[in-house]
Amino acid sequence: MIVHYGYVDGSGEYFIVVDTDRCNGCEKCVQQCPQHALELVTEFIDLEDKTVVAVTEEHRKKILYTCAECNPAENMTPCIVACEKGAIRCIWKPL
Amino acid sequence: MTEPQKEYWRWEEYHRVLSEGNWKNKDLITAGVDVGSVGSKATIMIDGEVYSWAVRRTGSNSPDSAQKVFDWALENTGLKPGDIKYTVGTGYGRVNVPMANKAITEIACHAKGANYIWGPSVRTILDVGGQDIKAIHCDETGRVTSFLMNDKCAAGTGRGMEVFADLLKIPIEDIGKASLNVEEEPPPVSCTCVAFAKTEAIGLLRKGWTKEKVLAAYTRAMAVRMANLVNRVGLEKEFVITGGQSKNVGIVSRVETILGVKTLPSPNWREGGLDPMLAGAIGAASLAKSLYLKSKGT
Repeated sequence: MIVHYGYVDGSGEYFIVVDTDRCNGCEKCVQQCPQHALELVTEFIDLEDKTVVAVTEEHRKKILYTCAECNPAENMTPCIVACEKGAIRCIWKPL
Repeated sequence: MTEPQKEYWRWEEYHRVLSEGNWKNKDLITAGVDVGSVGSKATIMIDGEVYSWAVRRTGSNSPDSAQKVFDWALENTGLKPGDIKYTVGTGYGRVNVPMANKAITEIACHAKGANYIWGPSVRTILDVGGQDIKAIHCDETGRVTSFLMNDKCAAGTGRGMEVFADLLKIPIEDIGKASLNVEEEPPPVSCTCVAFAKTEAIGLLRKGWTKEKVLAAYTRAMAVRMANLVNRVGLEKEFVITGGQSKNVGIVSRVETILGVKTLPSPNWREGGLDPMLAGAIGAASLAKSLYLKSKGT
């Protein structure tokens, strides 16, 4: 499952995207995030609880500002680099 | 004596039992309770088929709202809380559903519910709730393949519509139709933020715009925003709208026009059909059945 955390607003489209099929809950991205914007959560997938990464509720609503310093437009943020499974990417399209 | 002030935002609470007394002791009875930010929904299922439900406004106390909507769904069914083998709580207030055996996020529940209401062909779901908008893409089993939730603000949500109903003094049930009562579609309002849009709306009314025209401009702006989200998760022609705003014809028709896709026909909930607002609760009750069977090793 592809989960989009973020929003579309008047200034553009901003999402941190997690592929829960690839994510193994290793937590490396959580440790690398300078803004502490990531956490492990329990998602219910195929009748099983699976531990996967998510953007914290607090940061979902201000992701444009939270992630700006990591240069998400290049898809080379510390969380993306830390992930060995290729489970995280960014969609960053300012208008 | 002055008349009490009318509350235009108040939408209809109701409950329904599909066919009374057709359950037996050996049937597997499950429940789904979806406590949303604005509406609380409960569905009772017998062997995976919807039997009864209730829809009411969520109060300030989530556990209390969950209990009330659950009790109401059981009313006139002959069922007692003890007859229910497994209950799943979902929605904004899911962790505060006292009778739930398990809380599950809306992600899994909504797609499962839409799959039940419209059948396995459903692929794209737009859920417009009280305080958030969800766009979901799923496969034929109701398994979610792509999910997006926008809960940044109340813009384009049911709560935003309630504010407009009150501002323009149009009952919430009539707001969709009223928004279509314009000679030509006005440009969308520039800002969908409820607080700012309200100010902008007052300005437009002063300029001599009709209430309908103001509503059309606001509804249009909301629909554009929703269409963006749908495109992000993947639009397919087997498309449905769930949540409270699925009853707003002004929203539904505009989203359809912008996306160039008609929604699959919805059941007529006023005449006993399943209510598209129930998607989360139906999905929760359906997953409750699967979880119960799994716990028994069958």
